[in-house]
Amino acid sequence: MIAAEALGVDSPVRGAAPLLRSVDLAARAGEVLALIGPNGAGKSTLLRALSGELRPSRGRVLLRGRPLAGWPPPALARARAVMEQQVSLAFPLPAREVVALGRLPWRGTPGMALDRAAVGEAMERAGVAALAARTYATLSGGERQRVQFARALAQLHGAAEGALLLMDEPTASLDPRHRGLLLRAARGLARDGLAVILVLHDLNEAAFVADRVGILAEGRLVASGPAAAVLRREVLREVYGIAFRPVEGGLLPDLAG
Amino acid sequence: MDGGVRPAAGGAAAPAPAPGPDRTAGAPPSATRVLALGGLLLAAAMLAGLLLGPAAVTARGLLATLLDAAGLAPLPAEHARDAAVLGVIRAPRVLLAAMLGAGLAAAGTVMQGLFRNPLADPALLGISAGAALAAVAAIVFGHGLFGGLFGPQAGALGLWLLPVAAFAGGLAITFALSRLGTRAGVTSVPLLLLSGVALNALCGALTGLLIFMADERQARDITFWTLGSLAGARWPQVPVALALVLLPALLLLPLARPLNALVLGESGAFHLGVDVERLKRVAVVLSAVTVAAGVAAAGLVGFVGLVVPHLVRLAFGADNRLVLPGSMLLGASLLVLADLAARWLAAPAELPVGVVTALLGAPFFLWLLRRRAGLA
Repeated sequence: MIAAEALGVDSPVRGAAPLLRSVDLAARAGEVLALIGPNGAGKSTLLRALSGELRPSRGRVLLRGRPLAGWPPPALARARAVMEQQVSLAFPLPAREVVALGRLPWRGTPGMALDRAAVGEAMERAGVAALAARTYATLSGGERQRVQFARALAQLHGAAEGALLLMDEPTASLDPRHRGLLLRAARGLARDGLAVILVLHDLNEAAFVADRVGILAEGRLVASGPAAAVLRREVLREVYGIAFRPVEGGLLPDLAG
Repeated sequence: MDGGVRPAAGGAAAPAPAPGPDRTAGAPPSATRVLALGGLLLAAAMLAGLLLGPAAVTARGLLATLLDAAGLAPLPAEHARDAAVLGVIRAPRVLLAAMLGAGLAAAGTVMQGLFRNPLADPALLGISAGAALAAVAAIVFGHGLFGGLFGPQAGALGLWLLPVAAFAGGLAITFALSRLGTRAGVTSVPLLLLSGVALNALCGALTGLLIFMADERQARDITFWTLGSLAGARWPQVPVALALVLLPALLLLPLARPLNALVLGESGAFHLGVDVERLKRVAVVLSAVTVAAGVAAAGLVGFVGLVVPHLVRLAFGADNRLVLPGSMLLGASLLVLADLAARWLAAPAELPVGVVTALLGAPFFLWLLRRRAGLA
């Protein structure tokens, strides 16, 4: 369970508008929350504040009822994992070792006994078992994204109920098949008791995966609720400044597989 | 296909499915092999460093000297010369070379990991240049201040003035760096790197100015010193190097895992529970101490810190749990051998060891760059 209370983040540029203004947001264990909104709306900033990476200027973030600032870094890493937008490595590592990095916070805890199972299962679940020995740098953008997904899964393997998974545009480089795979995996993780928050641009994906959708615009949470209640034409037109219409004659992937 | 790993369904609390060595997350099984190989290489290099040289020492002589030193058997008269060569000159020299090589290679590995840049090395940040500037200043002004402290009649103060100055200079640059590279309590790696490049240039310019001011004898001292040499190695330096070169390098070893996490970037490492600010501080300070003390002991010895970590990565992969100890062992071995070459190739004269390492290191590094386009 994660909750942001009156979260505000100022821009590092003096005099610029705040990146986030008074955002109240919560995600419970077992829930998938999708964040959508225009470029520059503050979605990634919100994820960074929720991960503890960015210290908010105002307000606070509580994970399992405890302010993020009070979490020792390794304990925090056993309770929340982050999948970033694009990750390139400074040195060549095989995909399997990248996934195994997810087990670093479990070092010296009883959870270490699960390391081997966690890495294997995460790679199966993310569909990257066949890439295990490949050097990360030789993988395509989508394959890298799946390896990072596996790394995040390995990190939360064995985590206590209510752990948090944050994903920033996790489907951005994925083909339709793997988009469906990742989104179904996200739903499965929520069923296992995780809280999942992900930034998406594809409204159909948001509607498919999310229990609730939050819309950010200019640093404010302007709407939040069940997908059907939030993803309405007049709301989207207001937020994105363009018209939305139902598709005729197009094809959308069946994300449910 | 996946090493026999079968996920337990829903398995949050499932035990590890199979006993045996952990190939995915723990230390790779080859770690012991890498360390054994490196240890063997170092032992061979040190043995060669002790036995070979312009004045050859026999293995029998080495054995007799060791037995005598251990108090097990008195030294036979025919080995007195061997014992003198070994005990007075070669043993401290080989030990210093090994510690220095290990320290430079460890600092290079850590700098490359910290800056996420395969071209980083301890010299890049200006730490060596700062130490060199202070040493050159000691050579130029030391005479005026202490009068005749250098040369054959040098007292303890003169003997230690230069290394102490070099060490202080290296640490002063490090202090300046950490001030310049930190804003609002957060150390910015690009800012640190660029500040280091600027400080490097500044120290180089000031060193040039001092060389311009120096008289001819001083200029020759300076040139010789900046080229790097272990010719001055004696026993009193060994415990100092143990504390200030080898110990900080050994203390870098536990940083291997957090440095592995840093390949994902600073935010990625933080997400994995690494205290990134602390990691940066500890890595820079320990590397700086080992490099500054190394420069103090032997002048500027280039390319060990840059090339050795790449050699180890090429052979064993980029996992710092292997690269860091492997680089220390290889760096130690290579500097012992480079020093052996330095005193042998132009005997009875001595080549500066920094010339040997750069002569071998630079072309090798160019070859490496051509061969591995993906390196940088």
